[in-house]
Amino acid sequence: MGEIRVLVGTSKGAFVLTADEGRAEWRVDGPLFGGWEVYHLVGSPADPDRLYASLSKGWFGQVVQRSDDGGRSWQSAGNDLRYEGEPGTHQHFDGSAQPWRFTRIWQLVPDHADPDSVLAGVEDAALFRTTDGAMTWRELPALRSHPTAAGWAPGAGGLCLHTILADSGDNQRLLVAISSAGVLASEDGGTSWELATTGLRSDFLPDPEAEVGHCVHKLARHPGRPDRVYMQKHWDVLRSDDHGYSWHEISGDLPTDFGFAIAVHAHDPDTVYVVPITSDELHFPPDGRLRVYRSRTAGGRWEPLTAGLPQRDCYVNVLRDGLAVDTLDPCGVYLGTTGGQVYVSADEGEQWHTIVRDLPRVLSVEVQTLP
Amino acid sequence: MTEGGTPDQRAVTTVRVALPHQLRVLAGIHGPAEVQVAGNVTLGATLDALEAAYPPLAGTIRDRETRRRRAMIRLFADGADLSDADASTPLPGVVTSGQQPLRLVGAIAGGA
Repeated sequence: MGEIRVLVGTSKGAFVLTADEGRAEWRVDGPLFGGWEVYHLVGSPADPDRLYASLSKGWFGQVVQRSDDGGRSWQSAGNDLRYEGEPGTHQHFDGSAQPWRFTRIWQLVPDHADPDSVLAGVEDAALFRTTDGAMTWRELPALRSHPTAAGWAPGAGGLCLHTILADSGDNQRLLVAISSAGVLASEDGGTSWELATTGLRSDFLPDPEAEVGHCVHKLARHPGRPDRVYMQKHWDVLRSDDHGYSWHEISGDLPTDFGFAIAVHAHDPDTVYVVPITSDELHFPPDGRLRVYRSRTAGGRWEPLTAGLPQRDCYVNVLRDGLAVDTLDPCGVYLGTTGGQVYVSADEGEQWHTIVRDLPRVLSVEVQTLP
Repeated sequence: MTEGGTPDQRAVTTVRVALPHQLRVLAGIHGPAEVQVAGNVTLGATLDALEAAYPPLAGTIRDRETRRRRAMIRLFADGADLSDADASTPLPGVVTSGQQPLRLVGAIAGGA
């Protein structure tokens, strides 16, 4: 019988939630790394016992930890992430030039075939790679050398490269999302980059259809259909069918199209999940009701999924990495909130159950479906 | 053992360094770190020795690139605040004699 391992990063450490494939009885282990902000905790697709964790804290900076035994023991990995060459400047909130400065790793993406090879998306926005199991890191500097980079400006969470989509069928194809710059695509393994923002519109910009400046909150896609990419933007839910080179809105009948998280069903590239949040000023669900919305039509038409989720007096948020799926059939969906709840649905979102209720603020949720 | 502040250039001095909880966990120790400092027992040489003896601490006390103290780490010895002292500042005798540790303190900065 298989096992599900849910890796939860929180503002005060990490937790590992495990269950058999029934997904009904859960064991909660943790906290790991108590006191650290765990922006991301993730397993290697090639070796599920190889885990990587990004720990940061205002006092102590960035630390990377690695486990070779599924999280039973951990060792310190390399935290020396230096920009190549003269870092230069990007735009600050007030329009002034701000020197590029490394702050933290937002996302770690292990290679689909090599557990020692990992991409890291960092703040201030840049892409790094390790090929020795996170002991040493090198920047892929072409991204930060893009001609528009000096005009990139931070969102409220900093100038962060928070999402990396690597195509498991073609390791030269990469997509990255940066708040608040937009999306960039590479067809040559990160040697060169093109903006992938055509069709994005952000009304807060002086030019709403500007090439850069879009606050992309999250990208998601189905590995079997890599050209189709979904986006939850600051406002708007969008889809691209050409690897990000053009986008169109699929918000349809959502009650609000502001939100942070988005995830795609493990077995159906047309089924996508979002968690609508009231607005950019009100980071909680509309009407105090936590509702996941599912589209089975690749967007446009959405249905609320509420059974088992709080439908009154609920004012938590679901952050950009707070939604994930497993690969069982039926597909399981997982939701972590800023109130410390982690919910699971073992039936594609129809019925939800609480795995754990009182964790620290959930920053990220990843799911490993183990044999 | 050496006299505080003016040790023999060739001597090796054992210095205890008291760390905040998270750094003790990273270093895998329960009490103060003990480090061997060769030559002049300065603030910078002690931090260099600390990072060499406990590699997981590299980058957590001083910025990797600039080598500057992280803003919310404070350094104290014999009741004096050495947070902004130059790296060449000698540590006082009560620290070099082993009576007291060099103290690394996480600043009280509020928050959640």
